Amino acid sequence: MEAERVLEVHHQHETDAADVFGFWLYILTDCILFGSLFATFIVLNAPGAPGAMLKNYMDLKDVMLETFLLLASNFTFCLAALNLNKNKLLNVQVWLMATFMLGASFIAMELKEFRYLASVGFRWDISGQASSFFTLVGTHGLHVSIGLCWILFTIFQLSFLKITHITKRRMTYLGLFWNFLDIVWIFVFTIVYLVGAI
Amino acid sequence: MLEKLIFGNLTLSAIPFDSGIIMGAGLFMAIFFFGVLGYITYEKKWSYVWHDWVTSVDHKKIGIMYLMLATVMLLRGFSDAILMRSQQALAAGTSTGYLPPSHYDQIFSAHGVIMIFFVAMPFMFALLNMVVPLQIGARDVAYPYLNSLSFWLTFVGAMLCNASLVIGDFAGTGWLAYPPLSGLYYSPGVGVDYFIWSLQIAGVGTLLASINFIVTIVKMRCKGMTLMKMPVFVWSVLCSMILVALAFPVLTVTLALLALDRMLGMHFFTDFAGGNVMMYVNLIWIWGHPEVYILILPAFGVFSEVVATFSQKKLFGYTTMVYAMAIITVLSFIVWLHHFFTMGAGADVNAFFGIATMVIAIPTGVKVFNWLFTMYKGRIILATPMLWVTAFFTTFAIGGMTGVMLAVPPVDFQMHNSLFLVAHFHNVIIGGVLFGYFAGVIYWFPKVFGFRLDETWGKWAFAFWVTGFYIAFMPLYILGLSGFMRRVNHYANTMYQPYLIVAAIGTAIIFMGIVTQLIQLYVSIKNRDALRDKTGDMWNGRTLEWTVSSPAPIYNFAILPTVCELDPFWAAKEAGRHTCLPDGAERHYQPIHLPKNTPAGFIIALFTGILGFSLVWQMWIPGVVSFVVIIATIIVKSFNTHTDYYLDAETVKQTELAHMREAV
Repeated sequence: MEAERVLEVHHQHETDAADVFGFWLYILTDCILFGSLFATFIVLNAPGAPGAMLKNYMDLKDVMLETFLLLASNFTFCLAALNLNKNKLLNVQVWLMATFMLGASFIAMELKEFRYLASVGFRWDISGQASSFFTLVGTHGLHVSIGLCWILFTIFQLSFLKITHITKRRMTYLGLFWNFLDIVWIFVFTIVYLVGAI
Repeated sequence: MLEKLIFGNLTLSAIPFDSGIIMGAGLFMAIFFFGVLGYITYEKKWSYVWHDWVTSVDHKKIGIMYLMLATVMLLRGFSDAILMRSQQALAAGTSTGYLPPSHYDQIFSAHGVIMIFFVAMPFMFALLNMVVPLQIGARDVAYPYLNSLSFWLTFVGAMLCNASLVIGDFAGTGWLAYPPLSGLYYSPGVGVDYFIWSLQIAGVGTLLASINFIVTIVKMRCKGMTLMKMPVFVWSVLCSMILVALAFPVLTVTLALLALDRMLGMHFFTDFAGGNVMMYVNLIWIWGHPEVYILILPAFGVFSEVVATFSQKKLFGYTTMVYAMAIITVLSFIVWLHHFFTMGAGADVNAFFGIATMVIAIPTGVKVFNWLFTMYKGRIILATPMLWVTAFFTTFAIGGMTGVMLAVPPVDFQMHNSLFLVAHFHNVIIGGVLFGYFAGVIYWFPKVFGFRLDETWGKWAFAFWVTGFYIAFMPLYILGLSGFMRRVNHYANTMYQPYLIVAAIGTAIIFMGIVTQLIQLYVSIKNRDALRDKTGDMWNGRTLEWTVSSPAPIYNFAILPTVCELDPFWAAKEAGRHTCLPDGAERHYQPIHLPKNTPAGFIIALFTGILGFSLVWQMWIPGVVSFVVIIATIIVKSFNTHTDYYLDAETVKQTELAHMREAV
């Protein structure tokens, strides 16, 4: 039995490193997915694109606030990860909850913006540039929403499975995913909103 | 209202009762399908099928299932080819043939989609699953459960594509569904939706599989196997899987945008409101060009293994082989525009892409010469795998040269969309990819099944295939040069007809080749005791997979090998040893850690298929229900932390001893 236990610990150590590498590869494929959407956005927003311009309806202050919410959620997630390494289960869950609240506020603001745009007639079916805007920003929003469900589920599951090497590995995945979405948002903020406002 | 939510646009009128050919094919599929189910029930094998196959996470079994999928779909795709060739042989001048244009359009679209996505890709993953872990001295792939999910997603994608034959129709847009033809305005039916969702589901499966194999190769090689000591096949798989990981997300996006255009009225690829049709063509080829290299690179890997083994000589120029593949991997991303030189991008852009395309011929040429030099002064054994390799040399060289011709933009302006192009890509895909996979399957068949395939019937199959191929496709070059366009279901000028009749005869000969292969399989299974591979080293092999018994035990290696050089097994045999194990390790068996079977992959894929079908017909209630089931399965699975078990040392010992007794 002792031999099996030693084997198991050794095995876990090795496979955890490999597993996380695989998740990095998934992030890479997601990068390319977003890259294609950015390329589409840029093509369809080339000078002279027909239809209403986004910049007439855009509120940069709100977008700035969204950015801060998302970046803050990243900070709280890092606090959760730190507590995970200290084996403080309750603290992990509290910080994850804070991350969830910040992320959910981000999504709420984004939905508010989409509803406002639709109300003034900037809908996804009016032009190619509107389609590409809603698809690019919406795909990021969808990713964040999936991340939010995942965070809620992690809080719930941690109560049952506690902190083990499995849940730690899953938190690493979640962390990579959540950080990645922040980075994508920086590009959305720059290319869609800042460049679009010029 | 409720009926609309459950059945969406699906009504009984979606089934084309009036079309004899479709109903006949549908009936045949139904009889085949229920015949298999009935046979399993009759033999009381459901438990065996479920526990040993459907829920299996063993890479060798998943490889076999991929192989079965590819075989069945090859028959389907080839029957499309017979329909097309016979229609074109008949429909000259005043005759209109027997296929109406709308049906003919669906046939050539389905033929392309099936042959690339549901024959070539599963065939490739069959080889990868059968061989890669064994060649790198690993006990499984990195994510066995993900591997099972990948297979079932591919399977479900293929079945969704098959369903379109009977329920509704398939896209009549060509295999890449260019807009605006594939937009809602010109294709209001469900055909394009079937195309989108079957490829989307299979594409996700492929993407997950690529991540799986990259991690397996990078992280799970046995001790001592540095990157430059990996077998060339493993290198080719690594390059190919990197291409999948880089290219398939683009396909996902492209298909998703087309779906958004069709379902939500967006304007990505419409002719008006700022949509850009050529953006679709660019995006799909940014995926599509790497895709052909995804298919051919593992075939190159197979050739390298087969040539070295059957020349009984070390592969010539291993390092240049690896660099050539790496260069092809990079170059394959900067040539996509050669698929549409006529877009009007201008002389500079066309010149860049034309030259980049021609440059790919250089590393490919390096490889061909390396294979030839490997054979030079080797003791060549002309077993069937080696025969396929020799056929590949000439066929692929012809296909490659016509490819370089098409890479010259002014020439392309004359010949694009003609049968010359059709002949070219069949020349490289059949002559390169398919012949390579055939060689690979025959070569590694004993390792997975425990007995080799019958050589006599194999040689007949080879003769029929190669003769048939040349007779079927050489006339198409001439036709293309004389201005015969592709995707034509009727032509007025009867001058073309003799060539098309010859091509149809060639197709019939290929058909005999396929029949012969099925006979070969049957005969081999019947004589499996005589063809048994007792030693596990059927062909006097060079690499690690031949050090274990045939069929390979569930754990692959009782003791993980250690490697000091390329071709470790060959080196060991030269040194008078018959293993690649550290000295004295043979007797110390330890418990082996293995993954447990799980039905999760099958369940998730099954409901993804239902979700896809619901999206095609806009059946919202079944769609939401299957989505919920998928999520629930993932959640339930995530609570199960006991996903593996230990095979005790005694069982390992007994299995190994049984193999040794048989081998001596």
